[in-house]
Amino acid sequence: MSPRPVLLKGGRIFDPSQNLDLIGDIFLRNGKVEAIATSIPVSREMAAMVIDVKGLIVTPGWVDIHTHLREPGGSHKETIKTGTEAAAAGGFTSVACMANTNPVNDNPFITSFINQKVASESEINVFPIGAITKGLKGEELAEIGSMWEAGIVGISDDGKTVMNSYLMRKAMDYSKKFDIVVISHCEDSCLKGRGVMNEGFNSAKFGLRGIPRTSEDLIVARDILLAELTGARLHIAHCTTEGSVRLVREAKKRGLKVTAEATPHHLTLTDDCVGTYDTNTKVAPPLRESQDVAALREGLIDGTIDTLASDHAPHSIEDKEVEYDHAEFGMIGMESAFPLYYRQTLENGVPLSRLISAMTVKPAEIIGVPKGTLKVGMDADVTVFDPEFKYKIDKTRFRSRSQNCPFDGWDVKGKVCYTINGGKVIYRSEHLKELT
Amino acid sequence: MGTHNNSTSPNALGLKSILGTENLSAKQINTILDCADHFKKLHERGEEAPASLANKTIILLFFEPSTRTRGSFELAAKRLKGNTLVLTKEMSSAEKGETLFDTAKNIEAMQPDLLVLRHPSAGSPYHLSQRLNIPIVNAGDGFHEHPTQALLDMMTIREFKKDVKGLRVLILGDIAHSRVARSDIYALQTLGAKVRVCGPPTLMPPKAEKMGVEVFNDLDEAVKDQDVIICLRIQFERLNPGQSPSRGEYSKFYGMSSRRLKLAKPDVLIMHPGPVNRGVELSPDVADGAHSVILNQVANGVLVRMALLHLLTGGDALGATR
Repeated sequence: MSPRPVLLKGGRIFDPSQNLDLIGDIFLRNGKVEAIATSIPVSREMAAMVIDVKGLIVTPGWVDIHTHLREPGGSHKETIKTGTEAAAAGGFTSVACMANTNPVNDNPFITSFINQKVASESEINVFPIGAITKGLKGEELAEIGSMWEAGIVGISDDGKTVMNSYLMRKAMDYSKKFDIVVISHCEDSCLKGRGVMNEGFNSAKFGLRGIPRTSEDLIVARDILLAELTGARLHIAHCTTEGSVRLVREAKKRGLKVTAEATPHHLTLTDDCVGTYDTNTKVAPPLRESQDVAALREGLIDGTIDTLASDHAPHSIEDKEVEYDHAEFGMIGMESAFPLYYRQTLENGVPLSRLISAMTVKPAEIIGVPKGTLKVGMDADVTVFDPEFKYKIDKTRFRSRSQNCPFDGWDVKGKVCYTINGGKVIYRSEHLKELT
Repeated sequence: MGTHNNSTSPNALGLKSILGTENLSAKQINTILDCADHFKKLHERGEEAPASLANKTIILLFFEPSTRTRGSFELAAKRLKGNTLVLTKEMSSAEKGETLFDTAKNIEAMQPDLLVLRHPSAGSPYHLSQRLNIPIVNAGDGFHEHPTQALLDMMTIREFKKDVKGLRVLILGDIAHSRVARSDIYALQTLGAKVRVCGPPTLMPPKAEKMGVEVFNDLDEAVKDQDVIICLRIQFERLNPGQSPSRGEYSKFYGMSSRRLKLAKPDVLIMHPGPVNRGVELSPDVADGAHSVILNQVANGVLVRMALLHLLTGGDALGATR
C-alpha cells in the first residue's frame, strides 16, 4: 500500500546529483519523486500530506555505507530494528551494513537472513556487505558469488585487514566478475600489534601502546597497487591519516578506480582526547593528530575523500566500562553524524554541495544503488534538515541500543527534521510542531 | 594524568589522590619529602613514628607482581600503626571475571581509608579516582606513572646532593615501557634538573624530545658529566621479539660498567628502581660499588610512602623546611 502523497512546501531543494539548488516545492507520490518546481499546486482529492519546510534544506535521503548493525549475534549491542531507527533519526534512508556479525556474513544464508530481517523490521533501505574471507579469518575466500546473488553490494573484512596479499589480490580479481566494490579496512596487524591509540607523543605520555600511521598507509598503498594490478574497484574505509589521503589522491590522478571515506570522529577529534582514558575515544583506526584532521578536511574539499560514513559501531556497557587496554574498539555515530559533518561546511570551508554530495550521490555510486538523488522518477527518499537549529547532543535520547558516544553534551548546529523513505515519513524531529 | 584536585580537601597537600607526578608542584613534592625526612630523623634517633594511621585501614590492590613496592607500602602503613589488607590478582575475584571497577566498589564498601593500586592498564587509578570516594595512590599503572618511585628517587638525590635543582640526570634503559622514567622526568623537571634519556632506538618512545629531555642512543656520549644515572630494568619478559636485543647485546651497548662510570662526574650517583638484572643493566661492581645508592632508595621508599599515607589521610605537614 502506497503512503499518502507528500508535498514539501517552500524549502531549499538542494540536490548535487542534478546541480539543483532551488527554493520551491517537491511532490512525492507512489513512492517516487513526482515533481519539483517553484510552486506545485495540489488538489484536495490527492489527500496529500503538506509539510511546510520553509527555512529548511531538502536533500536526497542520506546514504551511509559503513555501519555495523550487529545482527545476527550481537543483538545486545544493536539490532537491525534499533540500528535502522537510529539511522532514520540521523537522517539516513539507506545504509550498508558490514559483515562482522556472529556468525559472519560470509555466505548467502546469512545474507538472506539479514535481508529478511530488514524486510520485516526496517523502515529504511539496508544493503548488506559480504565478507571477503570465510569467518573473516583471512585464509580463504568467502562465497562471494552466491552472496552477490543474495544481494550484497560490496565485500569487506572490515574490522580486520586481509593480511595475505595473494588472497586480497584474488578477492579483487574475483570481484570484477560481479562488478562489486572491494572495501578495505587498512591496518597492518603486525604493526598495530596490541596498540590501542595513535602512536605519537600522546601515546608515550598516556602510557598506552601506540598504532603507527604507517600501519594504515602501508595497507592503503598495498591495496591501491593491487587494485592497479587487477583493475578492481577499491574503496578505502575510514581514512585517518595524511598519508592515506595523499596516496588516494595520487591514485585518482593516475586514473585508478579508488574511492575513499572519512568518519565524523576522524574529522573532528584528535588523540588529545584520549587523555581522560574515556573508552568512547577508543576506535579502529584510532583518532590521530591535527595534521591528519587537516588533511582529511582538505581531501573532503578536493574530492579525494568521496564520501562520509559513520562507522556506527555499537558496544554494550560491559564491553566499554573496562580499562582502556581491554575495551572494545568503536563508537556509535549515526545519530550524531550530521551536525559534525555540517560543521565542516560551517567552520572548515567545505562547500555545501560537496558535503551533501558526499552523503548522497557519491556513496550511492560506490555501492551501485539507485539512491542519493531527487531526479523525477527516482525513489522518494528525502532528508530535510534545519541549518540554523542549535541543540545539545543527548545520547540518552538516541534510538540506538548502545550509548558508546564521545560527543554527548556537545553543543551543535544543524538538525534533521524529517526523514522520508519511499515517500513515507519515518522520522519527525521532536522539536517540530504538528504537521498539517 | 596527574592528581585529582579537590579544592575542599582538608589535607596538607591539597590533593585527594596521588595519580602521578605530572601535575605535582614543587611545593607539593617538597612537602612530601620534608615529611619523609622528618620520619627518617625520628627513626635515626630511635623514636617511634606518630600513630597517624591508628584505627585506619589501607587496602593494597596489586594486579601485578611486586616485592619492594608492596612490601614498602605495607611496612609504611604498619609503622604508622595502620591496618593493612593486601589483595592480589590471584586472590581477588578478577580470576572469576569481576571487573576492576566492581572490585574497587566492593572494596570501598568495606570502608577503607585509602586504596593503593598497582595495575597493568594505564589510566586505571584515574578511573577509580572518578568512581570512588576514598583517596587513591597509584603504585604503577601500565607504562604510565609510578609516582611513589619518583618521589623516593627525589628524596635519595636530595639526600646525597642537597638539591635537585641544576643537576644533570640521565635515565637509561627501556624508556618506552617505563612508568618510572615518565614519573622521574616530570618530578626532576619540576624540581629544576636537566634530564637526558638513553636507550636502544627500539625502546625509545616516539617524539621523546617533546618531553623536554635530550635523547641519546649512545651511552658513552650520554653519561658525560652526569651527576645522577638512573638505570631502568629491561623487562625481557614483556618484550616482543624485535624490541630487545639479547641480554649480551644490551649489556654491551647499554649496560653501566665501571669504564662508563668514569666518563660521568666523579661523584655520580647510580640509582635503580630494582630488581636489578645483574650483568645486564649494571655490572656487579657498579651495582655494589661506592656510587650505588640503590639500597638507600629502598630505605627511602618506606619513608616516602609513610609520608604520603600520613599526609593523604589528614596528617600535618611535618618537618617543613621550605
